[in-house]
Amino acid sequence: MIDPGLYNYWIVVFLMMAGFYVVISQGNLVKKLVGLSLFQTSVFIFYISMGKISGGEAPILVEGITVYSNPLPHVLILTAIVVGVATISVGLALVVRIHEAYGTIEEDEIHEQDLIDDETTEDPSSFSNGEKNG
Amino acid sequence: MIAIAIIRLRDLFAIVILFGIYSFLTAVLFMDLDAVDVAFTEAAVGAGVTTVLMLSSLYLTSRWEAAPRHSSFLPLLVVIITGAVLVYSTLDAPLYGDPSAPVHQHVAPRYIQKGPTEVGMPNMVTAVLASYRGYDTFGETFVIFTAGLGVMLLLGVQKPHKPRPELNTIEDEIVLKVVVKLLIPLILLYGLYVQFHGDFGAGGGFQAGVIFATGFILYDLAFGEKEVRKVVPAHWLPRLAALGVLIYGGVGVISLLNNKPFLDYSALAHDPVHGQHLGVLLVELGVGITVFSVILLIFYVLANRRRQS
Amino acid sequence: MNLTEHLPILVVIIPLMTAPLCVLLDHPRLAWFAALASSWVSFAAAISLVMQVSAQGPISYWLGGWEPPWGIEYRIDVLASYVLLIVTAMAALVLIFAKESVQKEIPEQRIAYFYAAFMLAFAGLAGIVATGDAFNVFVFLEISSLATYALISMGKDRRALNASFTYLVMGTIGATFILIGIGSLYMMTGTLNMLDLAERLPEVADTRTVRAGFAFLTVGIGLKLALFPLHLWLPNAYAYAPSMVSAFLAATATKVAIYLLLRAILVIFGIDFSLGLMPLDNLLLVLGLIGMLSASLVAVYQRDIKRLFAYSSVAQIGYMVLGVGLANATGITSTILHLFNHALMKGALFIALGAVAYRIGSTTLKDFSGLGRQMPFTMAGIVAGGLSLIGIPPSVGFISKWYLVLATLEQNLWPVALLVLFGSFLAVIYVWKLVEAAYFGEPDDTRTIREAPLSMLAPLWILVIANFYFGIHTDLTVGLATQATSALTGGGG
Repeated sequence: MIDPGLYNYWIVVFLMMAGFYVVISQGNLVKKLVGLSLFQTSVFIFYISMGKISGGEAPILVEGITVYSNPLPHVLILTAIVVGVATISVGLALVVRIHEAYGTIEEDEIHEQDLIDDETTEDPSSFSNGEKNG
Repeated sequence: MIAIAIIRLRDLFAIVILFGIYSFLTAVLFMDLDAVDVAFTEAAVGAGVTTVLMLSSLYLTSRWEAAPRHSSFLPLLVVIITGAVLVYSTLDAPLYGDPSAPVHQHVAPRYIQKGPTEVGMPNMVTAVLASYRGYDTFGETFVIFTAGLGVMLLLGVQKPHKPRPELNTIEDEIVLKVVVKLLIPLILLYGLYVQFHGDFGAGGGFQAGVIFATGFILYDLAFGEKEVRKVVPAHWLPRLAALGVLIYGGVGVISLLNNKPFLDYSALAHDPVHGQHLGVLLVELGVGITVFSVILLIFYVLANRRRQS
Repeated sequence: MNLTEHLPILVVIIPLMTAPLCVLLDHPRLAWFAALASSWVSFAAAISLVMQVSAQGPISYWLGGWEPPWGIEYRIDVLASYVLLIVTAMAALVLIFAKESVQKEIPEQRIAYFYAAFMLAFAGLAGIVATGDAFNVFVFLEISSLATYALISMGKDRRALNASFTYLVMGTIGATFILIGIGSLYMMTGTLNMLDLAERLPEVADTRTVRAGFAFLTVGIGLKLALFPLHLWLPNAYAYAPSMVSAFLAATATKVAIYLLLRAILVIFGIDFSLGLMPLDNLLLVLGLIGMLSASLVAVYQRDIKRLFAYSSVAQIGYMVLGVGLANATGITSTILHLFNHALMKGALFIALGAVAYRIGSTTLKDFSGLGRQMPFTMAGIVAGGLSLIGIPPSVGFISKWYLVLATLEQNLWPVALLVLFGSFLAVIYVWKLVEAAYFGEPDDTRTIREAPLSMLAPLWILVIANFYFGIHTDLTVGLATQATSALTGGGG
């Protein structure tokens, strides 16, 4: 059952989870974005790994080569990389604005200020989003 | 492992640099996995653009992270469960590198065998990207465009301002300036090569756009923005980006007008393969323009903010 | 060019291409007009698609002229055309409302870009619905999500920024989960086309990879769907977004996510696998119930009305998921019905709230005091929407609840039926709070408030009337919903 052919995937899983952990456990917004990027990049490796054929070559037609790796995952990941960088740049722009509006980029501190905002604009009874930090 | 270091470190600057290295290593790995196009993009985007953007925004916020305050038990649990599900899922997965895996059986062979003749270009990745799955790439170009738009909405481009003290330039480093000056034409030339040579080798509109934008950013860093903006004023960039997606969409609309499905390039010329060639060339151009202008735009916008604060 | 042949793509690319056009125009009023015009054209295209599909069956459109599974396919079946109709109709109505509202809430020089982003969000949603390709879903999901993050962050309150960031992180995790799910399926079948997947999956359905892929796909969609307990991003995002954005999102975004869920579990995996082999039905049932009750309870305690109705949306998602979890034809019909009906009521409610925000700049309960006399038409609209939300006949809300209760009884789950009624009771409480303030509260005499402008009242009342029209004339919606259900469960997509 345990076969060296799967190790590659397990390393990817480890990387993915490292990124995922950073996203959900860290309070710093920039670090969250780095984690998100890490998470996505590892998923890319997962896709590319499955397109590989042992002994295959890059999918560009060359005389005398018959085994090529699968080009489709490459295409998908090209798209996904672009999507990733797009998300990160919007995220960073948001972080910059949050920093200007709150003076901090720590989730906890922002959250505290949000609660104060809630109290000043509404009646004090609404603590409803207090569950956010879970 | 770099990933672990990212979790543990608190210096955001170091984290971002480490992330750049991680991306670069990933790119090397992609190379090894035969994905040259992807490696190229990952190196340019992950290691290059993302790192620059992250550094620019760190400049605008703060470098040090506060000490964590709440326990990390629950997230850890979620992560372990997710990871376990993933490992579990790999147990039945086809082995790495196995040519008989379903991935290599069903759809892919046609791309490899017929791609070069049907679309008429040796780089199968480009053929799939721009033709077979051209609509995905159309969407992808819109994603980039959306990102540019989003950053514009959030941070905006200010009206041209008074001459500023050149904060982020390397005013006195003559050697550097000369090097940069020599490098930039090369970078731009290389960008052009990548743009129009994507059918044969690795590369295409996306990578070319990134390279072009990098050239301009480098110039900006070395000589200050005034020079660069003479060439490409900031308020042109959103329009340029819009133009890029419109070129791509326009090709699709031409197909529609000829009563062919959207993005069917055979509508562009009498000979289908020739039409494919022309279509791919045009859409890659659209992609290149959009990517170039959005990346440069985001850089400008972040730089602009920096000056205000 | 033969127009009818290209309808499936036109619905999506008309709004999509309007976005760069808005940027090129760079003029607030022209951009608004372009957006409005294209959304109405898109709406018209959706109407004719509905007619075409119900007359001739599903349409398959080959993008780039490549046959699936090599190329990307657009596939419009009854359900897809029905959801497209919802999305385009809401966009067209919300844009009428938007003119005045956006002028007040968004800085002048950003309005054109704002509309561009709105068109992208709209086109992205339409693209998700129309496509028959799993990876293409991901691409259009990201177009619409990215545009949505930007739109939400344009809210005036600084909390909008934080809400948007939370949504960005949650949404991206969701999208990445979906990507992992698609990857696992691709790994086992070698295809990305949905129908092709459906054909090839049964062979490998028994593998752990496919099961895990299913789990990732469901969790990812659940995040986008704001399915309890993954809903934490939604209330703030809706509460602090600009009015027109809240109205559009509340009426469409979660509907598209439900649609995706239906597509994934019924079309790609097939009902036997999803609801039989995997314990998804019970899970959805329980989560739907908890979501419905807990979110309704939280809604009762809200002081900001926008947030109140946002929580109510989470609760309504609970109803829709519950319908799927019941795993019988009536349950699924009730979900599909509720997609449409909920869009009508939440569209009306959020447009009305937008009108209130336009006049008094806030939507806290305090500010509603005495509004019943100052803005009679707007408030009457809110009350009508509220009645529909509760499920009073002859509103559309009643029709969906009727089918839902019927479905629970078919399964002999009468405790569930009672809980559904209890959920309605909670809705009575929170709607009453508002009515009490608006009609029995003392107006603040120091301020003079006029009725909302006609451009806001018109879409509001179109929706209100639709709420009752489709509550009485149920043939169209129930007919489409049953047709869609039998197509989905009968296997003949």
